Amino acid sequence: MEVFKHNQPIIGFMSNAKKVGTFSILMIIASIVLIATKGLNYGIDFAGGTIVQVKYEGKAPIHKVREALSKVKSYEGATVTFFGSDSEIAIRTKSTTKSVDSDVSDKMRKILDGTGKFKVRGVDMVGPAVGDELRTQGLMAMVLSIIGILIYISFRFEWRFALASVMALIHDVTIATGALALTQIDVNLPILAAILTILGYSLNDTVIVFDRIRDGIRTIKSTNLGDVIDESVTRTLSRTTLTSLTTFFVVLTLYLFGGEALKGFSFTLLVGVVVGTYSSIFVASPILMWLNFSIEEFRANEAKKAKREKEKEKMRAMYEHGTM
Amino acid sequence: MGTLNYRVVIFAFAFIFGVVFSIPSLTQSDSGKKITLGLDLQGGLHMLLSVKTEVALESKLKSIGTSVKYVLENDDIVFDDLKIDNDLVSFEVLDEDDIPKVDKLLAKDFKDIILTKKGSHYALSLSQKMAKETEKHAIDQAVDTIRTRLNMFGLAEPTVAKQGEDKILVEIPGVKTAQEEQRIRALIAKAAHLQMMAVDEDRANRVYSMTQAEAKSFGDIILPDVSEKDKKYLLSSIPILDGSMLTDAKVGYERKTNRPLVNFTLDSQGSKIFGDFTGKSVGKRMAVVLDDEVYTAPNIVQRIGGGRVQITGNFTPQEANDVAIALRSGSLLAPVQVEEKRSVGPSLGADNIKASSIALVVGFVLVIIFMVLYYGMAGVIANVALVANLFLLLAIMSLAGATLTLPGMAGIVLTVGMAVDANVIINERIRELLHEGSSITKAIEQGYNNAFTAIWDANVTTLIASVVLFAYGTGPIKGFALTMSIGILASMLTAILGTHGIYQWLLPKIDKNRLNYWFGIKQNKGAK
Repeated sequence: MEVFKHNQPIIGFMSNAKKVGTFSILMIIASIVLIATKGLNYGIDFAGGTIVQVKYEGKAPIHKVREALSKVKSYEGATVTFFGSDSEIAIRTKSTTKSVDSDVSDKMRKILDGTGKFKVRGVDMVGPAVGDELRTQGLMAMVLSIIGILIYISFRFEWRFALASVMALIHDVTIATGALALTQIDVNLPILAAILTILGYSLNDTVIVFDRIRDGIRTIKSTNLGDVIDESVTRTLSRTTLTSLTTFFVVLTLYLFGGEALKGFSFTLLVGVVVGTYSSIFVASPILMWLNFSIEEFRANEAKKAKREKEKEKMRAMYEHGTM
Repeated sequence: MGTLNYRVVIFAFAFIFGVVFSIPSLTQSDSGKKITLGLDLQGGLHMLLSVKTEVALESKLKSIGTSVKYVLENDDIVFDDLKIDNDLVSFEVLDEDDIPKVDKLLAKDFKDIILTKKGSHYALSLSQKMAKETEKHAIDQAVDTIRTRLNMFGLAEPTVAKQGEDKILVEIPGVKTAQEEQRIRALIAKAAHLQMMAVDEDRANRVYSMTQAEAKSFGDIILPDVSEKDKKYLLSSIPILDGSMLTDAKVGYERKTNRPLVNFTLDSQGSKIFGDFTGKSVGKRMAVVLDDEVYTAPNIVQRIGGGRVQITGNFTPQEANDVAIALRSGSLLAPVQVEEKRSVGPSLGADNIKASSIALVVGFVLVIIFMVLYYGMAGVIANVALVANLFLLLAIMSLAGATLTLPGMAGIVLTVGMAVDANVIINERIRELLHEGSSITKAIEQGYNNAFTAIWDANVTTLIASVVLFAYGTGPIKGFALTMSIGILASMLTAILGTHGIYQWLLPKIDKNRLNYWFGIKQNKGAK
């Protein structure tokens, strides 16, 4: 089967770059506004708090549970929602307990006594100190991986490639975070993992396009960067879409079948895969152009590098032959 | 078939290796190394504890107080007003002639202590070094004590480890019921601080009208009875001896009533102190205090030698057993507090396994079908590599004894989607070359060459993100980063080297007139 024909006409990505760029900038602004106004809904991993997961035999009497909880002062502001099915509920509260031997689950069992036959299936409690620590660690992880990748790409390509890919990456992460603010999904550790995966995934996609551009610079005669980019991106279009599709499939199955615990995680990834694919096709390369990347300069550098290598080799050969 | 080449041989070995070493994990057999399931999959209790080190400092002062008392009394020095207040142990020497002797005794037996003296008034406090050591010791001791207790309780493979400077990680798999969990938590939390304390008989009749502050001014403390809520005792706050001098604790039964009790034995120093004290205090009462509750306070009828003491209380056999465990494992120098707790019931764990396995299978089948539909035989080859990749991933995790968590499962699912990426890139390159009219051999070799740098650079960048995630992640997230990283590395072997070898091996079979079957592309008939 072939969806993308071999003689596929070259698509003029660069001539549409302004339109796409405007769209991206609007999306980013919208995301930032969402994050600033609605804010992220930090889950207990980062904000501290307790989630108790309770399963009832039959339908969960959610109103009774709310009523029972409202009578207890320390659980003021607790929210009760269905969790996965209508027999299961999640009770979220900001309060935490430090005591080891009598904790929230024990208290919860007492409070819910009389609301029906139930089982406490899981309890997650994160104290405020740990939440702060996890947040710092999460940020650290993000910054460090961006720096690591920047260094690697600069080393393998050129600094403009690195900068362009990181800008595309920030574009992706910002929009994914905007989606989190929009949906008010609980931002917990798995979401952070998802964001970091997007980071890796988005780069993966971008790097493959850039690799083709680097290839194109060497093989395509034109010195017009726009033409080279258009041709290279067109050539990788099938790969980019196909891989995104397989990844999208599996993330979608994760979202649909992976259970409640992975919902937020897989949702974030779904957004990330879509945005990442879009950005590697439409966003990363125009940035390269706007950064005044010059083909001649790149070729000259490559030639210089090659020349140096050759000279080294010559010297080595001479040395080995004893002529030096 | 073509001749075997080194690539396909390596791939075959890797495949067999993967299958062989993932069998123990897949069949959950008893022998062989296998993957441990994380607490979120098999159910269990995860807690991050912190230690209230300030209490350890306080009890350190108390024990200094006890020693001071013992040393001074031993040398017949008369003193008064021995008390602990504001991080200071203070006392007054009554006979001024004793002062040089006291100075000498203190200098000899109390190192790392700051001594301030005003006339005959002495005040001792902990030096900074001593305080630091005490805090560190309290944490290390809590780790050891909790570990010993959980082992004595007979739990399967609990983990107790220090995390960072001042936290303790406790992970207990396989906790079945809420009751069991509660019992375990109670066992962990039990300070098991045993003290023998003298009842202040001079003021004992005033105990019900006295405030705690007033009691403190006499160097006393008011403690409640364990079973009778209203009953209170006035006790001399510096204990005669404490649980550190205990050698053994066992559950026993009272002869007449058959009620459970806890017997314990003191070491030689403890026995001596205990014997001396009881000898001196005939007719008075002595209280056995556990975690600031008085269990018994019998009258001393005669000197008690041998160092055997028993605690009665209204124990259930289970409680008596847990108290004995706690006493044997030693007391916690300072109480522990929960900073983070994650408890997953076994049914929730089972649900998590089920859901993530379904996602894995569905995702896997979708990708496999897609690859065959789109690439024909080339897709089949990519799928063989994908299967090998999964086995290899499981085998490496099994051999490393790694833990598979729920996010780890997600990582495997994601690997399935991303591992075929390399083959997509390669196949696209091969197709391109075939369209351009290259021979099959050249298209394959050139295709692999052209695709290599892209795959390499892309994988390295993803790997950088995963490694950082592994280094900075905690618990389940580490599991995600781990499966992702191993998946990427394994895919380099299977998807690049392995499929290349298979192509070379099959090369003579590949019919250039059946490119649709082999590579899923339309033949451009008439072209070269």
